[in-house]
Amino acid sequence: MTKQIGYSKKVMEHFMNPKNVGIIEKPDGYGKVGNPVCGDLMEIFIKVKDDIIDDIKFKTFGCGSAIATSSMVTELAKGKNIDEAMKITRNDVADELDGLPPQKMHCSNLAADALQEAIKDYKKKEEIGDKK
Amino acid sequence: MLEQLCGFNGMDMKRIYLDHASSMPIDPLVLKFAMPFLTKNYENPSSLYSGGLETKRAIEESREKIAELINAENTNNIIFTSSATESNNLAIKGTALRNIRNGKNILASAIEHISVLNPMKELQKNGYNFDIIPVDSNGIVDLNKLENLLTNKTIITSIMYANNEIGTIEPIKKISKIIHENGKYLHVDATASAGRIPIDVQDQEIDLLTISSNDMYGPRGASALYVKQGIKIQSILPGGGQERGLRSGTENVFSIAGMGEAARLANNNMNKENYRLKNIRDKLIHEILKIDEAYLTGHPNKRLPNHASFRFSHIEGESILLNMDMFNIQISTGSACSSKTLEPSHVLLAIGLKHEEAHGSMVITLGRSNTLEQAPEIVKVVKETVNRLRKLSPLTNLR
Repeated sequence: MTKQIGYSKKVMEHFMNPKNVGIIEKPDGYGKVGNPVCGDLMEIFIKVKDDIIDDIKFKTFGCGSAIATSSMVTELAKGKNIDEAMKITRNDVADELDGLPPQKMHCSNLAADALQEAIKDYKKKEEIGDKK
Repeated sequence: MLEQLCGFNGMDMKRIYLDHASSMPIDPLVLKFAMPFLTKNYENPSSLYSGGLETKRAIEESREKIAELINAENTNNIIFTSSATESNNLAIKGTALRNIRNGKNILASAIEHISVLNPMKELQKNGYNFDIIPVDSNGIVDLNKLENLLTNKTIITSIMYANNEIGTIEPIKKISKIIHENGKYLHVDATASAGRIPIDVQDQEIDLLTISSNDMYGPRGASALYVKQGIKIQSILPGGGQERGLRSGTENVFSIAGMGEAARLANNNMNKENYRLKNIRDKLIHEILKIDEAYLTGHPNKRLPNHASFRFSHIEGESILLNMDMFNIQISTGSACSSKTLEPSHVLLAIGLKHEEAHGSMVITLGRSNTLEQAPEIVKVVKETVNRLRKLSPLTNLR
Protein backbone atom coordinates (compact mmCIF):
# COMPACT_ATOMS: atom_id res chain seq x y z
CA MET A 1 0.00 0.00 0.00
CA THR A 2 1.23 3.50 -0.78
CA LYS A 3 2.20 5.49 2.28
CA GLN A 4 -0.49 7.99 3.21
CA ILE A 5 0.52 11.51 2.22
CA GLY A 6 -0.91 14.39 4.21
CA TYR A 7 -4.27 14.32 5.96
CA SER A 8 -7.08 11.81 5.43
CA LYS A 9 -10.37 12.91 3.91
CA LYS A 10 -12.00 12.53 7.32
CA VAL A 11 -9.48 14.86 8.97
CA MET A 12 -10.19 17.49 6.32
CA GLU A 13 -13.96 17.08 6.78
CA HIS A 14 -13.67 17.65 10.52
CA PHE A 15 -11.22 20.52 9.95
CA MET A 16 -13.54 22.29 7.53
CA ASN A 17 -16.81 21.49 9.36
CA PRO A 18 -15.93 20.87 12.98
CA LYS A 19 -18.68 19.65 15.27
CA ASN A 20 -19.53 21.06 18.73
CA VAL A 21 -17.57 24.30 18.46
CA GLY A 22 -18.03 26.86 21.22
CA ILE A 23 -18.14 27.20 24.96
CA ILE A 24 -20.61 26.16 27.67
CA GLU A 25 -21.33 28.79 30.30
CA LYS A 26 -20.97 27.30 33.79
CA PRO A 27 -19.84 23.86 32.59
CA ASP A 28 -19.87 20.81 34.89
CA GLY A 29 -16.35 20.03 33.74
CA TYR A 30 -13.62 22.02 32.00
CA GLY A 31 -10.35 20.75 30.54
CA LYS A 32 -7.48 22.67 28.99
CA VAL A 33 -4.30 21.24 27.51
CA GLY A 34 -1.45 22.54 25.35
CA ASN A 35 0.15 25.93 25.12
CA PRO A 36 0.02 28.63 22.43
CA VAL A 37 3.84 28.77 22.56
CA CYS A 38 3.94 25.19 21.24
CA GLY A 39 1.27 25.93 18.66
CA ASP A 40 -1.64 23.94 20.12
CA LEU A 41 -4.16 24.86 22.78
CA MET A 42 -7.45 23.06 23.43
CA GLU A 43 -10.35 23.72 25.75
CA ILE A 44 -13.22 21.28 26.33
CA PHE A 45 -16.43 22.04 28.22
CA ILE A 46 -18.89 19.33 29.35
CA LYS A 47 -22.38 19.21 30.82
CA VAL A 48 -23.15 15.95 32.66
CA LYS A 49 -26.60 14.54 33.42
CA ASP A 50 -26.93 11.22 35.33
CA ASP A 51 -23.26 10.42 34.63
CA ILE A 52 -23.86 10.86 30.89
CA ILE A 53 -22.10 13.56 28.85
CA ASP A 54 -25.16 15.53 27.85
CA ASP A 55 -23.42 18.38 26.05
CA ILE A 56 -19.85 19.03 24.99
CA LYS A 57 -18.13 21.96 23.28
CA PHE A 58 -14.58 22.83 22.32
CA LYS A 59 -12.31 25.67 21.27
CA THR A 60 -8.94 25.01 19.69
CA PHE A 61 -5.94 27.01 18.55
CA GLY A 62 -3.69 24.90 16.36
CA CYS A 63 -3.06 23.09 13.12
CA GLY A 64 -5.44 21.04 11.01
CA SER A 65 -5.13 17.87 13.07
CA ALA A 66 -5.52 19.79 16.35
CA ILE A 67 -8.89 21.07 15.16
CA ALA A 68 -10.00 17.77 13.61
CA THR A 69 -9.10 15.69 16.68
CA SER A 70 -10.96 18.15 18.93
CA SER A 71 -14.06 17.85 16.79
CA MET A 72 -13.77 14.04 16.69
CA VAL A 73 -13.31 13.60 20.44
CA THR A 74 -16.44 15.64 21.15
CA GLU A 75 -18.36 13.42 18.74
CA LEU A 76 -17.02 10.27 20.40
CA ALA A 77 -17.76 11.48 23.92
CA LYS A 78 -21.23 12.94 23.41
CA GLY A 79 -23.90 10.73 25.01
CA LYS A 80 -21.35 8.45 26.65
CA ASN A 81 -21.13 7.53 30.31
CA ILE A 82 -18.30 9.54 31.89
CA ASP A 83 -16.34 6.41 32.89
CA GLU A 84 -16.51 5.12 29.33
CA ALA A 85 -15.61 8.53 27.91
CA MET A 86 -12.61 8.60 30.23
CA LYS A 87 -11.28 5.55 28.39
CA ILE A 88 -11.16 7.28 24.98
CA THR A 89 -7.50 7.38 23.99
CA ARG A 90 -5.46 9.44 21.56
CA ASN A 91 -5.23 6.36 19.34
CA ASP A 92 -9.02 5.94 19.31
CA VAL A 93 -9.34 9.52 18.05
CA ALA A 94 -6.65 9.04 15.39
CA ASP A 95 -8.21 5.74 14.25
CA GLU A 96 -11.66 7.30 13.92
CA LEU A 97 -10.08 9.94 11.67
CA ASP A 98 -8.56 7.22 9.46
CA GLY A 99 -5.12 7.96 10.88
CA LEU A 100 -2.89 11.00 11.33
CA PRO A 101 0.54 11.71 9.81
CA PRO A 102 3.23 10.28 12.17
CA GLN A 103 4.63 13.68 13.23
CA LYS A 104 1.10 14.76 14.27
CA MET A 105 0.42 11.80 16.55
CA HIS A 106 2.09 13.46 19.54
CA CYS A 107 1.97 17.22 19.25
CA SER A 108 -1.48 17.74 17.77
CA ASN A 109 -3.39 14.82 19.18
CA LEU A 110 -4.19 16.27 22.58
CA ALA A 111 -7.96 16.21 22.33
CA ALA A 112 -8.40 12.97 24.34
CA ASP A 113 -6.23 14.50 27.07
CA ALA A 114 -8.40 17.61 27.14
CA LEU A 115 -11.53 15.46 27.48
CA GLN A 116 -9.97 13.50 30.36
CA GLU A 117 -9.05 16.76 32.08
CA ALA A 118 -12.66 17.92 31.73
CA ILE A 119 -13.99 14.66 33.23
CA LYS A 120 -11.49 14.82 36.10
CA ASP A 121 -12.57 18.39 36.76
CA TYR A 122 -16.20 17.24 36.83
CA LYS A 123 -15.40 14.41 39.28
CA LYS A 124 -13.46 16.74 41.54
CA LYS A 125 -16.38 19.16 41.67
CA GLU A 126 -18.74 16.27 42.40
CA GLU A 127 -16.59 15.12 45.35
CA ILE A 128 -16.53 18.60 46.80
CA GLY A 129 -20.27 18.75 46.27
CA ASP A 130 -20.78 15.41 48.09
CA LYS A 131 -18.75 16.53 51.09
CA LYS A 132 -20.89 19.62 51.41
CA MET B 1 0.64 21.26 -26.69
CA LEU B 2 3.64 23.12 -25.29
CA GLU B 3 1.44 25.47 -23.35
CA GLN B 4 -0.53 22.61 -21.89
CA LEU B 5 2.73 21.05 -20.76
CA CYS B 6 3.92 24.29 -19.26
CA GLY B 7 0.86 24.99 -17.23
CA PHE B 8 0.52 28.72 -17.89
CA ASN B 9 -2.61 28.26 -19.93
CA GLY B 10 -3.33 24.70 -18.93
CA MET B 11 -3.55 25.70 -15.27
CA ASP B 12 -6.94 25.53 -13.62
CA MET B 13 -8.24 29.04 -14.18
CA LYS B 14 -9.84 29.25 -10.77
CA ARG B 15 -6.69 28.24 -8.96
CA ILE B 16 -4.72 31.12 -7.44
CA TYR B 17 -1.13 30.10 -6.82
CA LEU B 18 0.66 32.41 -4.38
CA ASP B 19 3.70 30.35 -3.46
CA HIS B 20 6.20 31.23 -6.19
CA ALA B 21 9.08 31.29 -3.69
CA SER B 22 8.80 27.54 -3.25
CA SER B 23 8.27 26.52 -6.86
CA MET B 24 7.60 28.06 -10.25
CA PRO B 25 6.40 26.64 -13.55
CA ILE B 26 8.93 26.64 -16.36
CA ASP B 27 8.42 29.45 -18.90
CA PRO B 28 7.04 27.91 -22.16
CA LEU B 29 9.69 29.81 -24.15
CA VAL B 30 12.40 28.36 -21.92
CA LEU B 31 11.04 24.85 -22.35
CA LYS B 32 10.92 25.29 -26.12
CA PHE B 33 14.48 26.58 -26.12
CA ALA B 34 15.91 23.81 -23.93
CA MET B 35 13.81 20.83 -25.04
CA PRO B 36 16.23 19.74 -27.82
CA PHE B 37 18.87 19.08 -25.16
CA LEU B 38 16.66 16.34 -23.73
CA THR B 39 15.90 14.75 -27.10
CA LYS B 40 18.08 15.63 -30.13
CA ASN B 41 21.20 17.11 -28.59
CA TYR B 42 21.94 14.63 -25.86
CA GLU B 43 25.70 14.38 -26.40
CA ASN B 44 28.05 14.74 -23.46
CA PRO B 45 29.60 18.24 -23.48
CA SER B 46 32.97 16.63 -22.71
CA SER B 47 32.89 14.67 -25.98
CA LEU B 48 35.02 16.12 -28.73
CA TYR B 49 32.86 15.18 -31.73
CA SER B 50 30.55 17.78 -33.23
CA GLY B 51 27.49 16.88 -31.14
CA GLY B 52 29.47 17.27 -27.94
CA LEU B 53 30.77 20.63 -29.10
CA GLU B 54 27.20 21.74 -29.65
CA THR B 55 26.09 20.91 -26.10
CA LYS B 56 29.30 22.48 -24.79
CA ARG B 57 28.43 25.61 -26.74
CA ALA B 58 24.93 25.65 -25.17
CA ILE B 59 26.50 25.65 -21.71
CA GLU B 60 28.85 28.50 -22.59
CA GLU B 61 26.01 30.54 -24.05
CA SER B 62 24.08 30.04 -20.84
CA ARG B 63 27.09 31.22 -18.87
CA GLU B 64 27.12 34.43 -20.93
CA LYS B 65 23.44 35.10 -20.30
CA ILE B 66 23.86 34.62 -16.56
CA ALA B 67 26.99 36.77 -16.45
CA GLU B 68 24.97 39.48 -18.15
CA LEU B 69 22.10 39.23 -15.65
CA ILE B 70 24.41 39.99 -12.70
CA ASN B 71 27.05 42.00 -14.61
CA ALA B 72 29.86 39.53 -13.91
CA GLU B 73 33.21 40.70 -15.29
CA ASN B 74 33.93 37.39 -17.00
CA THR B 75 31.79 34.42 -18.06
CA ASN B 76 34.42 32.10 -16.53
CA ASN B 77 33.31 33.29 -13.12
CA ILE B 78 30.01 31.43 -13.40
CA ILE B 79 29.99 27.82 -12.12
CA PHE B 80 26.98 25.62 -12.71
CA THR B 81 25.71 23.33 -9.95
CA SER B 82 22.52 21.32 -9.44
CA SER B 83 20.64 23.50 -6.96
CA ALA B 84 20.84 26.66 -4.89
CA THR B 85 21.53 24.41 -1.90
CA GLU B 86 24.59 23.05 -3.68
CA SER B 87 25.76 26.53 -4.72
CA ASN B 88 25.47 27.73 -1.11
CA ASN B 89 27.38 24.68 0.11
CA LEU B 90 30.10 25.16 -2.51
CA ALA B 91 30.41 28.87 -1.71
CA ILE B 92 30.72 28.35 2.03
CA LYS B 93 32.59 25.09 2.41
CA GLY B 94 34.63 25.63 -0.76
CA THR B 95 35.83 29.04 0.41
CA ALA B 96 36.32 28.15 4.07
CA LEU B 97 38.28 24.96 3.33
CA ARG B 98 40.47 26.49 0.61
CA ASN B 99 41.32 29.59 2.65
CA ILE B 100 41.80 28.02 6.06
CA ARG B 101 45.31 29.47 6.32
CA ASN B 102 43.82 32.96 6.41
CA GLY B 103 41.51 32.21 9.31
CA LYS B 104 38.75 30.02 10.65
CA ASN B 105 36.07 32.58 11.45
CA ILE B 106 32.80 32.40 9.52
CA LEU B 107 29.69 34.60 9.78
CA ALA B 108 26.09 34.47 8.62
CA SER B 109 23.01 36.56 9.30
CA ALA B 110 20.32 35.08 11.54
CA ILE B 111 17.84 34.93 8.65
CA GLU B 112 19.92 32.97 6.14
CA HIS B 113 18.40 29.97 4.41
CA ILE B 114 18.99 26.62 6.07
CA SER B 115 21.30 25.65 3.16
CA VAL B 116 23.65 28.42 4.33
CA LEU B 117 23.28 27.90 8.08
CA ASN B 118 23.74 24.13 8.02
CA PRO B 119 27.05 24.05 6.08
CA MET B 120 28.28 26.73 8.50
CA LYS B 121 27.24 24.57 11.46
CA GLU B 122 29.03 21.63 9.87
CA LEU B 123 32.20 23.71 9.61
CA GLN B 124 31.74 24.75 13.24
CA LYS B 125 31.77 21.09 14.26
CA ASN B 126 35.07 20.80 12.44
CA GLY B 127 36.78 23.58 14.36
CA TYR B 128 35.66 26.79 12.63
CA ASN B 129 34.31 29.68 14.73
CA PHE B 130 30.78 30.43 13.59
CA ASP B 131 28.95 33.58 14.68
CA ILE B 132 25.47 34.78 13.79
CA ILE B 133 24.75 38.42 12.95
CA PRO B 134 21.39 39.56 14.35
CA VAL B 135 18.78 41.48 12.35
CA ASP B 136 16.35 44.22 13.42
CA SER B 137 12.57 43.80 13.64
CA ASN B 138 12.29 44.48 9.89
CA GLY B 139 14.89 41.86 9.06
CA ILE B 140 17.73 44.27 8.18
CA VAL B 141 21.19 43.04 9.19
CA ASP B 142 22.62 44.91 12.19
CA LEU B 143 25.60 46.67 10.60
CA ASN B 144 27.22 47.61 13.93
CA LYS B 145 27.11 44.01 15.14
CA LEU B 146 28.50 42.90 11.78
CA GLU B 147 31.40 45.30 12.17
CA ASN B 148 32.04 44.10 15.73
CA LEU B 149 32.01 40.45 14.75
CA LEU B 150 34.36 40.85 11.79
CA THR B 151 38.06 40.15 12.32
CA ASN B 152 40.97 39.72 9.94
CA LYS B 153 40.40 35.98 10.47
CA THR B 154 36.84 36.12 9.07
CA ILE B 155 37.21 34.31 5.78
CA ILE B 156 33.58 34.22 4.70
CA THR B 157 30.43 36.12 5.61
CA SER B 158 27.11 35.07 4.11
CA ILE B 159 24.23 37.55 3.82
CA MET B 160 21.23 37.00 1.60
CA TYR B 161 20.26 39.58 -1.02
CA ALA B 162 16.59 39.38 -0.04
CA ASN B 163 14.83 37.06 2.37
CA ASN B 164 12.40 34.46 1.05
CA GLU B 165 10.14 34.43 4.12
CA ILE B 166 9.79 38.13 4.92
CA GLY B 167 10.84 39.72 1.61
CA THR B 168 13.31 42.17 3.17
CA ILE B 169 16.08 43.41 0.83
CA GLU B 170 19.46 43.84 2.57
CA PRO B 171 21.75 46.87 2.02
CA ILE B 172 24.34 44.73 0.22
CA LYS B 173 26.55 47.58 -0.97
CA LYS B 174 26.97 48.91 2.58
CA ILE B 175 27.53 45.38 3.85
CA SER B 176 30.22 44.58 1.28
CA LYS B 177 32.08 47.81 2.16
CA ILE B 178 32.13 46.86 5.84
CA ILE B 179 33.23 43.31 5.10
CA HIS B 180 36.02 44.32 2.76
CA GLU B 181 37.42 46.77 5.32
CA ASN B 182 37.72 44.07 7.96
CA GLY B 183 37.06 40.53 6.81
CA LYS B 184 37.72 38.69 3.60
CA TYR B 185 34.89 37.46 1.35
CA LEU B 186 31.16 38.17 1.08
CA HIS B 187 28.84 35.43 -0.15
CA VAL B 188 25.35 36.56 -1.15
CA ASP B 189 22.48 34.11 -1.52
CA ALA B 190 20.36 35.69 -4.26
CA THR B 191 17.99 32.74 -4.71
CA ALA B 192 14.88 34.81 -3.97
CA SER B 193 16.06 37.90 -5.87
CA ALA B 194 18.12 37.07 -8.97
CA GLY B 195 16.06 37.68 -12.09
CA ARG B 196 13.57 39.65 -10.01
CA ILE B 197 15.47 42.78 -8.95
CA PRO B 198 18.67 44.23 -10.45
CA ILE B 199 21.93 42.77 -9.14
CA ASP B 200 25.37 44.07 -10.12
CA VAL B 201 28.17 42.03 -8.58
CA GLN B 202 30.84 44.52 -9.66
CA ASP B 203 29.11 47.65 -8.43
CA GLN B 204 27.97 45.98 -5.21
CA GLU B 205 31.37 44.31 -4.71
CA ILE B 206 29.99 40.84 -4.18
CA ASP B 207 32.58 38.02 -4.02
CA LEU B 208 30.32 34.99 -4.36
CA LEU B 209 26.67 34.91 -5.44
CA THR B 210 24.12 32.08 -5.56
CA ILE B 211 21.49 32.14 -8.33
CA SER B 212 18.66 29.65 -8.79
CA SER B 213 17.12 28.56 -12.09
CA ASN B 214 13.63 27.61 -10.92
CA ASP B 215 13.25 30.93 -9.10
CA MET B 216 13.22 32.72 -12.47
CA TYR B 217 10.97 30.29 -14.41
CA GLY B 218 13.88 28.07 -15.44
CA PRO B 219 13.95 24.29 -15.04
CA ARG B 220 14.90 22.69 -11.75
CA GLY B 221 18.24 20.95 -11.50
CA ALA B 222 20.36 24.00 -12.29
CA SER B 223 21.86 26.78 -10.24
CA ALA B 224 24.89 28.98 -10.64
CA LEU B 225 27.57 30.24 -8.30
CA TYR B 226 29.39 33.40 -9.27
CA VAL B 227 32.95 33.45 -7.94
CA LYS B 228 34.83 36.71 -8.38
CA GLN B 229 38.03 36.62 -10.39
CA GLY B 230 41.00 35.72 -8.21
CA ILE B 231 39.09 34.07 -5.36
CA LYS B 232 40.26 30.54 -4.79
CA ILE B 233 37.71 27.97 -3.71
CA GLN B 234 37.86 24.23 -3.35
CA SER B 235 35.58 21.64 -4.94
CA ILE B 236 33.22 19.83 -2.61
CA LEU B 237 32.34 17.26 -5.29
CA PRO B 238 35.54 15.88 -6.80
CA GLY B 239 35.42 13.76 -9.93
CA GLY B 240 35.89 14.24 -13.66
CA GLY B 241 36.79 17.92 -13.36
CA GLN B 242 33.86 19.63 -15.09
CA GLU B 243 33.23 23.32 -14.35
CA ARG B 244 36.94 24.17 -14.00
CA GLY B 245 37.33 21.29 -11.59
CA LEU B 246 35.01 23.01 -9.08
CA ARG B 247 31.92 20.92 -9.76
CA SER B 248 32.39 17.49 -11.26
CA GLY B 249 29.60 15.47 -12.82
CA THR B 250 28.24 15.39 -16.37
CA GLU B 251 26.46 18.66 -16.96
CA ASN B 252 22.65 18.79 -16.95
CA VAL B 253 22.57 20.54 -20.31
CA PHE B 254 18.79 20.84 -20.50
CA SER B 255 18.52 22.63 -17.16
CA ILE B 256 21.66 24.71 -17.67
CA ALA B 257 20.63 25.88 -21.15
CA GLY B 258 17.12 26.58 -19.84
CA MET B 259 18.49 28.55 -16.90
CA GLY B 260 20.45 30.82 -19.25
CA GLU B 261 17.41 31.50 -21.38
CA ALA B 262 15.32 32.09 -18.25
CA ALA B 263 17.92 34.60 -17.06
CA ARG B 264 17.83 36.43 -20.39
CA LEU B 265 14.02 36.63 -20.38
CA ALA B 266 13.92 37.66 -16.72
CA ASN B 267 16.44 40.42 -17.44
CA ASN B 268 14.39 41.71 -20.37
CA ASN B 269 11.05 41.64 -18.53
CA MET B 270 12.25 42.74 -15.09
CA ASN B 271 11.11 46.37 -14.97
CA LYS B 272 7.71 45.75 -16.50
CA GLU B 273 7.00 42.67 -14.38
CA ASN B 274 8.18 44.39 -11.19
CA TYR B 275 5.83 47.29 -11.77
CA ARG B 276 2.93 44.88 -12.35
CA LEU B 277 3.66 42.72 -9.31
CA LYS B 278 4.25 45.67 -6.99
CA ASN B 279 0.76 46.90 -7.84
CA ILE B 280 -0.80 43.59 -6.82
CA ARG B 281 1.46 43.29 -3.76
CA ASP B 282 0.58 46.76 -2.47
CA LYS B 283 -3.13 46.20 -3.01
CA LEU B 284 -2.97 42.93 -1.03
CA ILE B 285 -0.94 44.48 1.80
CA HIS B 286 -3.27 47.47 2.00
CA GLU B 287 -6.41 45.31 2.16
CA ILE B 288 -5.13 42.50 4.38
CA LEU B 289 -3.75 44.89 7.00
CA LYS B 290 -7.32 46.15 7.49
CA ILE B 291 -8.02 42.86 9.29
CA ASP B 292 -7.95 43.21 13.07
CA GLU B 293 -4.59 42.25 14.59
CA ALA B 294 -3.01 41.53 11.22
CA TYR B 295 0.60 42.63 10.89
CA LEU B 296 3.11 42.83 8.06
CA THR B 297 6.31 40.84 8.60
CA GLY B 298 9.53 42.14 7.06
CA HIS B 299 10.38 45.63 5.84
CA PRO B 300 7.45 47.91 4.87
CA ASN B 301 9.13 49.16 1.67
CA LYS B 302 12.58 47.60 1.25
CA ARG B 303 10.97 44.37 0.14
CA LEU B 304 10.79 42.15 -2.92
CA PRO B 305 8.20 43.38 -5.47
CA ASN B 306 6.39 40.03 -5.42
CA HIS B 307 6.43 39.48 -1.66
CA ALA B 308 3.70 40.08 0.93
CA SER B 309 4.02 38.39 4.32
CA PHE B 310 1.85 38.67 7.40
CA ARG B 311 1.05 37.33 10.80
CA PHE B 312 -2.36 37.07 12.42
CA SER B 313 -2.84 36.88 16.19
CA HIS B 314 -4.63 33.93 17.84
CA ILE B 315 -4.52 31.52 14.90
CA GLU B 316 -2.07 29.00 13.49
CA GLY B 317 -0.42 28.96 10.06
CA GLU B 318 -0.98 25.38 8.96
CA SER B 319 -4.71 25.88 9.52
CA ILE B 320 -4.54 29.05 7.43
CA LEU B 321 -2.77 27.13 4.63
CA LEU B 322 -5.26 24.23 4.68
CA ASN B 323 -8.28 26.52 4.83
CA MET B 324 -7.04 28.68 1.93
CA ASP B 325 -6.26 25.55 -0.10
CA MET B 326 -9.88 24.44 0.24
CA PHE B 327 -10.73 27.64 -1.65
CA ASN B 328 -8.05 26.84 -4.26
CA ILE B 329 -5.54 29.44 -3.09
CA GLN B 330 -2.02 28.26 -2.24
CA ILE B 331 0.07 30.19 0.28
CA SER B 332 2.98 29.36 2.56
CA THR B 333 3.54 29.66 6.31
CA GLY B 334 6.41 29.67 8.77
CA SER B 335 4.39 27.90 11.44
CA ALA B 336 5.97 25.02 13.36
CA CYS B 337 3.27 22.56 12.37
CA SER B 338 4.12 22.90 8.71
CA SER B 339 7.85 22.31 9.18
CA LYS B 340 9.78 19.07 9.40
CA THR B 341 11.47 20.15 12.64
CA LEU B 342 8.20 21.24 14.33
CA GLU B 343 9.96 24.51 15.20
CA PRO B 344 8.58 27.84 14.01
CA SER B 345 10.58 29.66 11.32
CA HIS B 346 14.01 30.81 12.53
CA VAL B 347 13.52 33.93 10.41
CA LEU B 348 10.38 34.98 12.29
CA LEU B 349 12.06 34.33 15.64
CA ALA B 350 15.12 36.34 14.48
CA ILE B 351 12.97 39.43 13.81
CA GLY B 352 11.81 39.20 17.41
CA LEU B 353 8.47 37.43 17.18
CA LYS B 354 7.42 35.22 20.06
CA HIS B 355 6.72 31.56 19.29
CA GLU B 356 2.95 32.07 19.56
CA GLU B 357 3.20 35.02 17.14
CA ALA B 358 5.37 33.14 14.64
CA HIS B 359 2.82 30.31 14.50
CA GLY B 360 0.27 32.59 12.83
CA SER B 361 2.27 33.56 9.76
CA MET B 362 1.23 33.64 6.10
CA VAL B 363 3.56 34.24 3.14
CA ILE B 364 2.37 35.29 -0.31
CA THR B 365 4.86 35.27 -3.20
CA LEU B 366 3.41 36.48 -6.48
CA GLY B 367 4.37 35.49 -10.00
CA ARG B 368 3.37 35.66 -13.64
CA SER B 369 0.13 33.73 -13.15
CA ASN B 370 -1.20 36.41 -10.79
CA THR B 371 -3.28 39.42 -11.79
CA LEU B 372 -4.70 42.47 -10.06
CA GLU B 373 -8.17 41.04 -10.79
CA GLN B 374 -7.42 38.17 -8.39
CA ALA B 375 -6.81 40.55 -5.47
CA PRO B 376 -10.43 40.89 -4.26
CA GLU B 377 -10.90 37.09 -4.21
CA ILE B 378 -7.60 36.59 -2.33
CA VAL B 379 -8.52 39.25 0.24
CA LYS B 380 -11.99 37.77 0.68
CA VAL B 381 -10.67 34.27 1.32
CA VAL B 382 -7.96 35.54 3.71
CA LYS B 383 -10.60 37.46 5.69
CA GLU B 384 -12.95 34.48 5.85
CA THR B 385 -10.12 32.15 6.83
CA VAL B 386 -8.87 34.38 9.64
CA ASN B 387 -12.39 34.95 10.87
CA ARG B 388 -13.33 31.26 10.90
CA LEU B 389 -10.15 30.16 12.67
CA ARG B 390 -10.48 32.93 15.24
CA LYS B 391 -14.01 31.78 16.05
CA LEU B 392 -12.52 28.34 16.78
CA SER B 393 -9.66 29.74 18.83
CA PRO B 394 -9.78 29.81 22.64
CA LEU B 395 -7.47 32.84 22.51
CA THR B 396 -10.28 35.10 21.32
CA ASN B 397 -13.76 35.84 22.61
CA LEU B 398 -15.32 35.57 19.16
CA ARG B 399 -18.32 33.28 18.91
